[in-house]
Amino acid sequence: MATTMAKALNTALADALAADDRVVVFGEDVGALGGVFRITDGLQARFGENRCFDTPLAEAGIVGFAVGMAMSGLRPVVEMQFDAFAYPAFEQIASHVAKLRNRTRGALSVPIVIRVPYAGGIGGVEHHCDSSEAYYAHTPGLKVVTPATVDDAYSLLREAIEDPDPVVFMEPKKLYFASAEASLPTRNEPFGRAVVRRPGRDATLVAYGPAVPVALEAAEAAREEGWDLEVVDVRTIVPFDDETITASVRRTGRCVVIQEAPGFAGVGAEIAARVQERCFHALHAPVLRVAGLDIPYPAPMLEHTHLPGVDRVLDAVARLQWDDQPDARWAAA
Amino acid sequence: MTTTPQAVRRASPRTRRTVTPPDPARSLLPDAEPVRLLAENGTPLPARSDYPEPPAEVLRELYRRMVLGRRFDTQATALTKQGRLAVYPSSRGQEACQVGAVLAVRDTDWVFPTYRESMALVARGIDPVEVLTLLRGDWHCGYDPTEVRTAPQCTPLATQCVHAAGLAHGEAYQGRDTVALAFIGDGATSEGDFHEGINFAAVFKAPVVYFVQNNKYAISVPLSRQTAAPSLAYKGVGYGVPSEQVDGNDPVAVLAVLTRAVAHARAGKGPFLVEAHTYRMEPHTNADDATRYRDGAEVDAWRDRDPVARLETYLRARGVLDDAAIAEIAAQAEAYAAELRTRMNEQPTVDPLSLFDHVYAEPTPQLIEQREQVRAELAAAHAEEGDA
Repeated sequence: MATTMAKALNTALADALAADDRVVVFGEDVGALGGVFRITDGLQARFGENRCFDTPLAEAGIVGFAVGMAMSGLRPVVEMQFDAFAYPAFEQIASHVAKLRNRTRGALSVPIVIRVPYAGGIGGVEHHCDSSEAYYAHTPGLKVVTPATVDDAYSLLREAIEDPDPVVFMEPKKLYFASAEASLPTRNEPFGRAVVRRPGRDATLVAYGPAVPVALEAAEAAREEGWDLEVVDVRTIVPFDDETITASVRRTGRCVVIQEAPGFAGVGAEIAARVQERCFHALHAPVLRVAGLDIPYPAPMLEHTHLPGVDRVLDAVARLQWDDQPDARWAAA
Repeated sequence: MTTTPQAVRRASPRTRRTVTPPDPARSLLPDAEPVRLLAENGTPLPARSDYPEPPAEVLRELYRRMVLGRRFDTQATALTKQGRLAVYPSSRGQEACQVGAVLAVRDTDWVFPTYRESMALVARGIDPVEVLTLLRGDWHCGYDPTEVRTAPQCTPLATQCVHAAGLAHGEAYQGRDTVALAFIGDGATSEGDFHEGINFAAVFKAPVVYFVQNNKYAISVPLSRQTAAPSLAYKGVGYGVPSEQVDGNDPVAVLAVLTRAVAHARAGKGPFLVEAHTYRMEPHTNADDATRYRDGAEVDAWRDRDPVARLETYLRARGVLDDAAIAEIAAQAEAYAAELRTRMNEQPTVDPLSLFDHVYAEPTPQLIEQREQVRAELAAAHAEEGDA
């Protein structure tokens, strides 16, 4: 049946609420309104105001409240309305959510899910389109997950809610309303497994979240240029699946990492480094990155300049030293 | 209300409509002066029906734990000077607050301490060596929070205020009558999480007591740089939270006010805010030099308001304590300190490989790799030592 990622996430929340009395859903506008993206649509009506409720508009409060509720034995799932609106909660996330298990030698855990609608491509005004995954991925103790397909959105969110550790669940906004065939409920590969979305022989495109459809589209377009590209969907940034990605790049010998976030010090840089460390002798070219520009997320009229698109990916693929010549881009340097 | 009942009766129907209803905020405001049941010299002040004096045996126990608490604090400061603790934030002078607050809650309630609550935690009955684990330089909080119903001592300022609200709401949601007691200092009331915590607790009617120990300084910064409010207790009214201020060096008043606050919360009436006016006799920590920001005369003035001496004078006068009882408690405190000294002088064993435990429920493949690397490094270092 064709459905959207938004609906799949909504179904996952409903199924989790039905399956486990300890699950509670809260945040800003998640009650009667059903969330600004309608991800919590109908949950309050079905499960009551105790289990799905609105809070004061205070993100540190929302996350800190979830920490306390988790200490009392519950499993809160909280919504940050937009990526950049989650920043007030960062101290709670970095200092408590991520560390409480460690500081108490496992006596206290924080099995909460922090849902963050993130990234751009939706014509959002400022502060509505940040790709903030690197901040969380850089914080030991957090799991960081981002779906790229409709059925994976369902599967990963159910697993996030059941996971004993805190999960920052990054939802690519621009994929919310893309429709695909999906049979729910479904359970896919567990956390820590990347998935080959498209097999190919000549090079590996590694992507996550909103960059996965870009990678798939680029791989399709590359066929016309004679390149057979493999696309790997990272799915869970933490825990990271070195095994699947290493195996793919060792097979293809070439790798481009794609992310929407600014490239500098980003998750893509980490992936490129890891691939280089593990695949050096199998590589025919340096690992390249295609990323957002190192600028504040631009206004809607200019966001297409910032977002890594198919052309930029194909340009990178073209630079993978197919003729065994040095990359012209760095020749002048 | 400026209109007396007589005036209302005499008023014409037309003017009666202009009578203003009682201000709903008034009942939330604290007393204009801190509640005090003992004078500074230990003599009793007139009894208050709203804050009944705790029973004599409870006051005796309060005194006993305050004496033990002070001895613990002195010992911890000494251990720091001997290099046995990495750092120690003393709460000397705040014994009435530290001990009075924890005596007001049940073992089944939850306490959310800051890093200055070591004394409160030992007064709650937690093993002092466990309490000092973190300050000793180890990586974890020492005690099992679920066993002693006490969160790890919180270093990030005010962040525990929201945890207390969430825990209290979660407990109530699950049908339990647990109260959360959140400690906070005067400086941390400037942090956003204090306001978010008290606001969440108020909106969800969560049973939390926020207990502000106003010891006048946030490291060096005086209270006048934290707030322009008449007192920190006035911060409750804006959130719809009733509040009170108390003389934080009057142990009887602290326990009486906290007891009422806890009863308010447990009765399902939502959070309560208490500000205790007290003073930190020692520097912020052993690493601080308090002479740079406050003068000796100020400290001396507070020495005269010593909470332990005040309670001792009162209980002696009431016949609850005599010389023998005081000597017995002093001996208990000495024995407690001696045992702590002995135990803290044992070098704790730390295992570098334990650093990888409890980062996640199960280590990630990357952490397993790193643990193997450290294991190999340790083995190599060990082998080298063996060769030498």
